[in-house]
Amino acid sequence: MIDQNDLRIEMVHLLDENGNGEEETLHSFSDDVLITLYQWMRKARVIDERLLKMQRQGRIGTYAPFSGQEAAQIGSVLALDKDDWLFPSYREMAACLAHGMPLTQIFHYVRGHVLGGKTPAGLNIFPIQIIIGAQTLHATGCAWATKLKGERHVSVCYFGDGATSEGDFHEALNFAAVYQVPVIFFCQNNHYAISVPIQKQTASRTIAQKALAYGMKGVLVDGNDVLAVYQTMKEAVQMAREGKGPVLIEALTYRLGPHTTSDDPTKYRSEEEVERWKRTKDPLHRLRKLLEKRNIWTDTQEEAFVAQVNDEVTKAYEEAASVEAPSLADIFRYVYDEPSPLLYEQQQEVIRRNRVKEGK
Amino acid sequence: MAEMTMIQAIHDAMRQEMERDERVIVLGEDVGKNGGVFRATDGLFEQFGEARVFDTPLAESGIVGTSIGLAVNGFRPVAEIQFLGFVYQAMDQLAAQAARLRFRSAGRFTCPLVVRSPYGGGVRTPELHSDALEGLFAHSLGLKIVMPSNAYDAKGLLISAIRDEDPVLFLEPMKLYRTFRMEVPEEPYEIPLGKARIVKEGEDVTVISWGASVPLVAKVAEEMKEKVDIEVIDLRSLQPLDWDTIYSSVSKTGRVIIVHEAVKTNGFGAEIAALISERALFSLSAPIVRITGYDTPYPVPSVEDDWLPNAARMIEGVQTLMRY
Repeated sequence: MIDQNDLRIEMVHLLDENGNGEEETLHSFSDDVLITLYQWMRKARVIDERLLKMQRQGRIGTYAPFSGQEAAQIGSVLALDKDDWLFPSYREMAACLAHGMPLTQIFHYVRGHVLGGKTPAGLNIFPIQIIIGAQTLHATGCAWATKLKGERHVSVCYFGDGATSEGDFHEALNFAAVYQVPVIFFCQNNHYAISVPIQKQTASRTIAQKALAYGMKGVLVDGNDVLAVYQTMKEAVQMAREGKGPVLIEALTYRLGPHTTSDDPTKYRSEEEVERWKRTKDPLHRLRKLLEKRNIWTDTQEEAFVAQVNDEVTKAYEEAASVEAPSLADIFRYVYDEPSPLLYEQQQEVIRRNRVKEGK
Repeated sequence: MAEMTMIQAIHDAMRQEMERDERVIVLGEDVGKNGGVFRATDGLFEQFGEARVFDTPLAESGIVGTSIGLAVNGFRPVAEIQFLGFVYQAMDQLAAQAARLRFRSAGRFTCPLVVRSPYGGGVRTPELHSDALEGLFAHSLGLKIVMPSNAYDAKGLLISAIRDEDPVLFLEPMKLYRTFRMEVPEEPYEIPLGKARIVKEGEDVTVISWGASVPLVAKVAEEMKEKVDIEVIDLRSLQPLDWDTIYSSVSKTGRVIIVHEAVKTNGFGAEIAALISERALFSLSAPIVRITGYDTPYPVPSVEDDWLPNAARMIEGVQTLMRY
C-alpha cells in the first residue's frame, strides 16, 4: 500500500529569513541577477501598494493585490525567455509586468477598458483568467503546439492552491504528462482560496506530490525565497525545453493583503498570523539583507528607485486615463471575425443611440 | 461526383482539409486507431500519423481546453466530442473560454477551432447520447453553430468551419450518418456559414428546420404536396442566422412552422418566432406553430419516437395552419 507519509518531500530553500545561506550557492548568483530580482520585487510591491490606494480612492475598480507573493512571481518569470508563454490568473500582475506587459495595460484592465485584455502584439501573455484553473488547459494546449512545431519556448501557467481542486487542473496535468509537452504548472500556494484554508482544499500533504500521480516531476519550493524560486524555475524550464516533459512547481507563499479589495480577511485569519508572515517571511526583506551584506544596495539607491517607480506609476496612470473611454459600439468588433447581419444591426443601433446622446 | 453517406462526406472534408493545410489536426476520444465510434475519422491516423491525429485521454473539458491552446499557438484543431450529451463537461471551455477569447483579448487572440459532435434521436441510444443542445450554445456569442442535414451540405459546411477564423460547433445528426447517399463532389468546396437552403419551394406554409429534422420535414412536404404547397427551409447554421431567407419566405406564405428536436421552451425555435413577430408580424395570417421535443429530459428509447417531432405531429400542424 502506498502512503503519502512515506514520501520524502523537501522544500527547496536557499536564502533564510536573515539573508543567509550556503556560501557557495549564494555565490553562484551574480550581483546583477540579485539586483534585478530585488528591483523587480520592490517595483512590484510599490505598484501593488499604489493600486490598492488608487482603488480606495475610487480611481480604479476591484483589484486583487499580490503583496507577499513577489518572490514567487518575479523569481519564476525572470527565469524565462521573452518569447515564452504566460497564462496568468488575476493575482499575477507582478509576473505579467516583469514579462513585459505595459503598466498602462494593467491600468486599462483595472479601469475596465476594453484594452485591458489586449496584450501588445509579439508578447505572449494570455488575457487574465477569471475562471479558476481554466487556463491550465490552455497552457497545456499551447505547449503541445510548441512541441508539434518543434519550437523551443515553454508555456507557464500560474494558479493558486484553490485551482488544484478543479477538474481542469487534473485534466491539464494528465494531458501534459501523456503528451510530454513543455509546460510548467506554477502553483502559488498562498494558503487560502479566498477564505478556505489549504487543509480544507486537499488532504495531500503537499500540492507538489500531486505531480507523481500524473507521471510528471513535482517540486516544492519556498515561494518567499526568490533565489530558490529562480533556480528551481530555471531547472524546470530547461527540462521542459529539452523535451523532458512538464513540471509542477508548488511555491509556498502567503498573501499579505485581502483576496480582493472587496474582501475582509479578518473574518477568516488572525492578525497574528498575518503579522508573523510580514515580520519574518517578507520576500523582499531577506534579499535586501543579502544585498546589504554584499554592499551592492543602499538606502539612497532604494529611495531613488522607489521614487522612480512611483513616477512611472503616475505617468502610466495618466497615460491610461488619457486614452479615450471605449464606446459600446467598439465591443461588437470582437465577437466574431465578421459580425453576422443581425449582430451588425445591433451595432448600428448602438451607434445611432450614441449619436443621439452626443446630440449629433 | 461520388455517392456518399453523410459520415463519408464528413470524413472526406477532414481528410481533404488535412491534406491542404498542415495546421489542421484531429483530436478526441477514440478518433485515432479506432477511427471514431462512428468511423468519422477512419484511416486518418494511418494517413497522417500520430503527430496529427490524437487519441486523447477521456476528458471533454481537456479536449476543448487544450484545443484552445493549440489554436492560439498556430493549429486548426478539429476536436470530437463523442456524443453531444457529454458536452456539459466542456461547457466552460466552450461557452466561457473559446467563445470569448477574441472578445476578452480585444482581438489579440483568436481560436479557430471546430468541435464536432453527433447528436439527435431515433437511434435507441443509452441516456444522454441523443440530446439536441444547440440552444445552450446559441446563447454563447462568439461561437458559431452549424447543423448539416445531408451529405453535400456536411462536406461543404465542415470545410468552411475548418477554414473559419472563429470557433465553430459542428453538430452532426447521427441518425442521418448512413440513412441515405447523395451526390457529393470529390473536390473540396465551401458552403458559406449563415446561408440557409431552400429545400423545396412552396406558397402556402413555410417550415423552418435544421439538422436532424430536415429529412422528416422534406418528406412530409412531399407527401402533402397535392393538398398544401409547403416551402421547406434548412437553416444549416443557427449562428450566423440567415434571417433574409426566413423573411422572404414568411412574407410569401404568411404561415410558419418551426421544427426542431430540442425541447420546446427556450429552444432556438422560440428565437425565430420572436424575430418573425418583431419583423414580419403583419405578413402572418396565422399563429406560429412549433413542433419540437417536449419539455422533459430526452426520454428512454421505448418512447422516443413519440417524443420527437414526427410526421403525424407535422401534418396536424400544417392542417391547423391551413384553417386560417
